[in-house]
Amino acid sequence: MEASAIVMMIVGIVIIWGGLAASIANAVIKAKKKGAESEAES
Amino acid sequence: MENRPQWGTRVGFIMAAAGSAIGLGNIWRFPAVAYENGGGAFFLPYLFALLTAGIPILILEFAIGHKYRSSAPGSLAKINRRFEGIGWWQLIISFVISVYYAAVIAWALSYAVFSFNLKWGDDTQSFLFGEYLKLADTPGEFGGIVPGVFIPLVIVWLAALFILYSGVKKGIEAANKIMLPTLFVLFTILVIRALTLEGAAEGLNAFFKPNWDTILNGKVWVAAYSQIFFSLSIGFAIMVTYSSYLKKKADITNNAFITGFANSGFELLAGIGVFSILGFMAAQQGVGVDEVVSGGVGLAFVVFPQIINTLPALNGLFGFLFFASLVLAGFTSLISIVETYIAGLQEKFNISRTKAVLYGGGLTAIISIMFSSNGGLFFLDVVDYFINNFGVALAGLVEVIAVAWIARELGKLQQHANGVSDIKLGVWWKICLAIITPIVLGYMMVDNLITNIKDNYEGYATWFLVTYGWAVVIVAILLGIAFTFIKDKAPKVAASDSKEVSR
Repeated sequence: MEASAIVMMIVGIVIIWGGLAASIANAVIKAKKKGAESEAES
Repeated sequence: MENRPQWGTRVGFIMAAAGSAIGLGNIWRFPAVAYENGGGAFFLPYLFALLTAGIPILILEFAIGHKYRSSAPGSLAKINRRFEGIGWWQLIISFVISVYYAAVIAWALSYAVFSFNLKWGDDTQSFLFGEYLKLADTPGEFGGIVPGVFIPLVIVWLAALFILYSGVKKGIEAANKIMLPTLFVLFTILVIRALTLEGAAEGLNAFFKPNWDTILNGKVWVAAYSQIFFSLSIGFAIMVTYSSYLKKKADITNNAFITGFANSGFELLAGIGVFSILGFMAAQQGVGVDEVVSGGVGLAFVVFPQIINTLPALNGLFGFLFFASLVLAGFTSLISIVETYIAGLQEKFNISRTKAVLYGGGLTAIISIMFSSNGGLFFLDVVDYFINNFGVALAGLVEVIAVAWIARELGKLQQHANGVSDIKLGVWWKICLAIITPIVLGYMMVDNLITNIKDNYEGYATWFLVTYGWAVVIVAILLGIAFTFIKDKAPKVAASDSKEVSR
C-alpha cells in the first residue's frame, strides 16, 4: 500500500470509528453520572 | 398515563435505528461510490456531508418523533395541519420500497443456501439471470412466478410480519438486539478472512489512495451527500416513527451521533472487506483492481460468487457469511420500513397492531410477488432508481423546507432536543438544516431531473420508465395528498398497544 493510502485509511478509521467510540463513551459516562446523582439524592 | 408502545432500553432504540440505517447499500453501494469519487479523498466530502446533513437531519427527525409522539403523518400534522400529506407521502414511499426490498433479501437468502455447494457454478452471470431469476427477454414482461424466488420471498415476509406483529419491544427491539450484533460478528469474520487473502493490500490501496483532483468537482460532493442521505434511512418516515417510541426523557442528540457514526463505521468496514476481496480477484486474474470494481446487484450476485469460487479454502463458509450478512442487513432495514406505515395505519384508522400488520404488511407482501416474476429484476431496477432519486430525496427536501422555512419550527425542536439531550445543539444545527441541506438536496434534484430528461435511465424504453418510474413517483405524491382527506378515526396520540405500556 502507498503511504497516502495508509494515511487516509488511518484518518478514516480514527474519525469514523473514533467518533462512534467517543459518542458511545459519552452516553455511558453521562448515564453513570446521572445514576450516581440520583443515588446520592435518594 | 401514555399508552404508546415504547422501547425497552436506550440500547434497544439505538440498535433498531442503526439496524435500519445499515442496509444493503452499506455493503454494495458505498465501496463503489467511494472508489469512483476519489478513493481516500472522498472521505473529506463524505464526513462533511455526515456532519452537515446526515446527523442534523437525524436529530431533526428524532426530535419531531419524540416531541409529537406519533407516526410521520401525525407528527408533521401537529407542526402544521397541512404537513400531514408530507408524512403520508413518505409512508407511501416506504410502502413502495418495502415491496421490492424484500425481493432482494429473498435473493440473498437463496444465495446463502447456494453457498454450501457453490450452486452458481463457473458462469455466475448466466446462473443469476438465467437459472435463478429466469429473467424475461424484454423489460415490462411479467412472465410467470419463479418458484426459486417466490419461496424465499414468502419466508422473508412471514418472518418480517411476525416480528412486526410481536410489537415494538418484543418484536422489533428484540430482533434487532439479536440480528445487529450477529451481522457485525459475521461481517467482521468475513473482513478478517478477506484481509489475509493475496492481493488484499492492492485492493485497499485502490480504495484508500486519494485522488485530490476530484475534491473540487461538484459531482463528488453531490455523490457524498447522496450516499449519506440514502444510507441513513432519512426522509421516509422511519426515524420519526422509531423516535416516537422513545421514553419522554430519552436522549436525542447523542443517539443521533451514535446512529450516524455506527452506519458510517459499518460502511467503512464494508469498504475494507469488499476491496480486499476485489484485490484478491484482480490478483487471481492478473489485472488491475480498476478492472474488477463493481457495485449493486452485479457485485453481490455475480462478482462475489466468482470470487468465492476461487478462494483457496472454506469457500462455502465464506459465501454463507457474505450472503447471511446481506440478509441480516436487509432484514433489519425492511422491518423499519414496514413499521412506518403500520404505525400510520394504526393511528389513522384506530385499528389494532394485528390488523395494521395484516392489512398493511399483507398487502405489501402480495404486491411484492410481482418481483418474483420473470420480469422482476427490470421492475426492481426502475422502481428503486426513481423512488430513491425522486421520492426519498424530494420528500426529504420538502420536509426540511416545510419544518425550517414554512413552520419555522427549528427553534422549538432545538429547545426540545436540548431539554432532553446530553449534547446541546447550537446555531450550527439550524444553519445545516435551513441552508446547507436545502441547497445540496435541491441541487441534487435538479441535476437528477436534467440527467433523466436528457437520457433514459439505463436505456430503458420511455413507456417502461413512465409506467414504472415516473408514474410511481407521481402516484406516491397523489396518494399522500389523498390520505389527508380521509377523516381520522382516532385521537392523534393513541396508537394503543397495551401489551407494551411502560412509564
